[in-house]
Amino acid sequence: MMKGNKFPGGIHPFYGKEFTEGGKTETLPLPDKVVIPLSQHIGAPCKPLMTIGAMVKKGELIGETTGVIAAPIHASLSGKITNIGPSPHPGGNQILSMTIESDKKDEWIGGFEEHPDTLDIDIETIKKIIHKAGIVGLGGAAFPTHVKLNPPKTKNVHTLILNGVECEPYLTADHRLMVEQPNDVIEGLKILTRILGIKKAYIGIEDNKKDALRIMEQAVKKEGSRLVETHVVELETKYPQGGEKQLIQAILGLEVPNGGLPMDLGLVVQNVGTAAAIYEAVRYGRPLIDRIITITGRGIAQPKNLRVRIGTLVRDILSYCGGFAGEPGKVIMGGPMMGPAQYTLDVPIVKGTGGILVFPKEEVSVEESRACIRCAACIEVCPVGLLPNMLSITAEVLNFAEAKKFHPLACIECGCCSYVCPSRRPIVHQIRHIKMDMASTKKKVVMVT
Amino acid sequence: MVLGIWPHIRTETNINKIMYTVIATLIPGALAGVYLFGWSAIQVIAVSIVVAMGTEAAMQKLIKQKMTVFDGSAILTALLLAMTLPPGCPWWVTAFGSFFAIAIGKQIYGGLGYNPFNPALVGRVVLLIGFPLQMTTWENLHPLFSGVDVTTGATPLGDVQVARLSHKPVPDMETHQFWNMFTGNTMGSLGETSDLLLILGGLYLLYKHFITWHIPVSMIGTVVIFSGIFWLIDPAHYANPLFHVLSGGLMLGAIFMATDMVTCPNTPKGQLVFGAGCGLLTIIIRMWGGYPEGVSFAILLMNSLTPMIDRYIQPHLYGAKKGAGNK
Repeated sequence: MMKGNKFPGGIHPFYGKEFTEGGKTETLPLPDKVVIPLSQHIGAPCKPLMTIGAMVKKGELIGETTGVIAAPIHASLSGKITNIGPSPHPGGNQILSMTIESDKKDEWIGGFEEHPDTLDIDIETIKKIIHKAGIVGLGGAAFPTHVKLNPPKTKNVHTLILNGVECEPYLTADHRLMVEQPNDVIEGLKILTRILGIKKAYIGIEDNKKDALRIMEQAVKKEGSRLVETHVVELETKYPQGGEKQLIQAILGLEVPNGGLPMDLGLVVQNVGTAAAIYEAVRYGRPLIDRIITITGRGIAQPKNLRVRIGTLVRDILSYCGGFAGEPGKVIMGGPMMGPAQYTLDVPIVKGTGGILVFPKEEVSVEESRACIRCAACIEVCPVGLLPNMLSITAEVLNFAEAKKFHPLACIECGCCSYVCPSRRPIVHQIRHIKMDMASTKKKVVMVT
Repeated sequence: MVLGIWPHIRTETNINKIMYTVIATLIPGALAGVYLFGWSAIQVIAVSIVVAMGTEAAMQKLIKQKMTVFDGSAILTALLLAMTLPPGCPWWVTAFGSFFAIAIGKQIYGGLGYNPFNPALVGRVVLLIGFPLQMTTWENLHPLFSGVDVTTGATPLGDVQVARLSHKPVPDMETHQFWNMFTGNTMGSLGETSDLLLILGGLYLLYKHFITWHIPVSMIGTVVIFSGIFWLIDPAHYANPLFHVLSGGLMLGAIFMATDMVTCPNTPKGQLVFGAGCGLLTIIIRMWGGYPEGVSFAILLMNSLTPMIDRYIQPHLYGAKKGAGNK
């Protein structure tokens, strides 16, 4: 096993993984209904293919892509479409969604082509399967996977990094996946290296998941020469190690050029959950209609790792987990560092959802923000070397012209600055504000992904 | 349910915790002053704190700001100022310095976080210029309950300045005098005498990560190197570097004043430059200036350079080409 390097900055918050790290993944029983948003990825929303009243089956295509950076959307249970309209999305906005009420039969649409030997299929076909299965990055950013698998010919891609870091506190879905389905991850790795013609692979895992490290190491050893040269890398536990750029720095000691992509270094990074989903899609021909999430926090009666269908409402998942423990304070979709808080429980799980975190009322405190005291704690923890305090101060007085001098587009929005700020300033949101202003002024914007 | 923005977890450290921790680390040094100089020291500290808090409250009311009198920052400024004053400082001089520190040194710029200069030092320097007699009348040691009457005399730095101005050799120093200066058994400002207790306080701040080593080490290191060069050239007319390190307000300044978050540079490299500048200016003023002591002036002068240092010394931006700068 390899040991990782260090990346600058970062924080060591309370990780809270003990609630669920030992809990075997259960499968949520068939829900009565699902609400499936037609946009679950970065990029253009999908076009609905059904009308109200239509009957659909599990795995049936219900949303068709309209842009290049998009992934199709499928029904996650069989039943009747009862509504197509704007519905709450975990991001906080309303998004065109399809409501399917279950017919209790839970039937697959069928006609899937199975491939017992995934190495037997030609690469173009595999790419098509992945595209058609609607797979997006399951680490949270939800970038359509097939786009990442079609690097321009000019980029010489030579190394794959599988992201098993799961640095967000409380979340254990990727951890359980590696412990329970190591072979799915490895099979996914094989498919990925084959598609991209890659010679070398790394699997990065933080050292607070010793069992996952051991199991993945064994799985790699067992495969032996059937894998490309693959190293499991033990990484120090530190947030935001799971950020693509930080992971590259921690494993290879390299920095992605400013404004560039990992591809510019010949690298492709994929989440371990995405790798497993790719395997399942290629092996069984089935689209992505469910995923593992972690339901956790002191505000939950029975914290669990659960396999849930895309579109399942938070309300239904919580009731399966015994409901709230005491009075809830905050319900967060994802981890506590980057997950948005929810105003309603009628919000669905989407492809990019890693978990549901509930803080009880007594754990939620709201402190008023104060003036920056220039303590520089934010600078020390910033993993990309920004001056978050200057960005915050300039954003506060809406001096966007000045703010642009401090490289706001390099911000990865990890929130470390806000976490450490003794003045409780909403620094990361102020930086987002600057970015939005820059985008709205329609100047040339280099997106940092 | 609460909405709120991410991150949903925060460090426990807030402004109040930082301020009261720094205050706590100053208390041993302040108590040493109270022990050495008795009730007059208590009076200086009390007047300084009461006036500072009163001024802060009045100013915040005047400019309709949120009241933050109890966040510890006014108390910290007042305590720092008191520690730099002569123990026998008349109450009205102390009060004026404390008022000036808060009103002009801090609130006029918008309060905590916006002040370009260390407020305590603004207060001290205004008194130094405005009330030179009261600011240079030094009480001899008369520890609490010792029954010794209050007399006045000269501080070690004062002795050196007198020798320097009259072109006489600097007074010889015995080892035990250095030891006395280190432990605090010497004349001087109320809370500057015990280097030992100030260092202990500083070590705790280092441990809590409220200061970093960069400024104290580069400031004191520069003092040692710069004064050492002259001492090696002419030991008769230039004081020993150890003397410079142990005397006056260097330790208090290097650990508690130059490291003031609001007024020092942001990055470790910038802090090294800043500390070196403070050390250099301190020795220049001590050796050739009109005042026996140069720490306050040195830090204030460097405070004015902080924005420039921060502009030119920025952290390495991820993905930017090394050596090509951040632009």
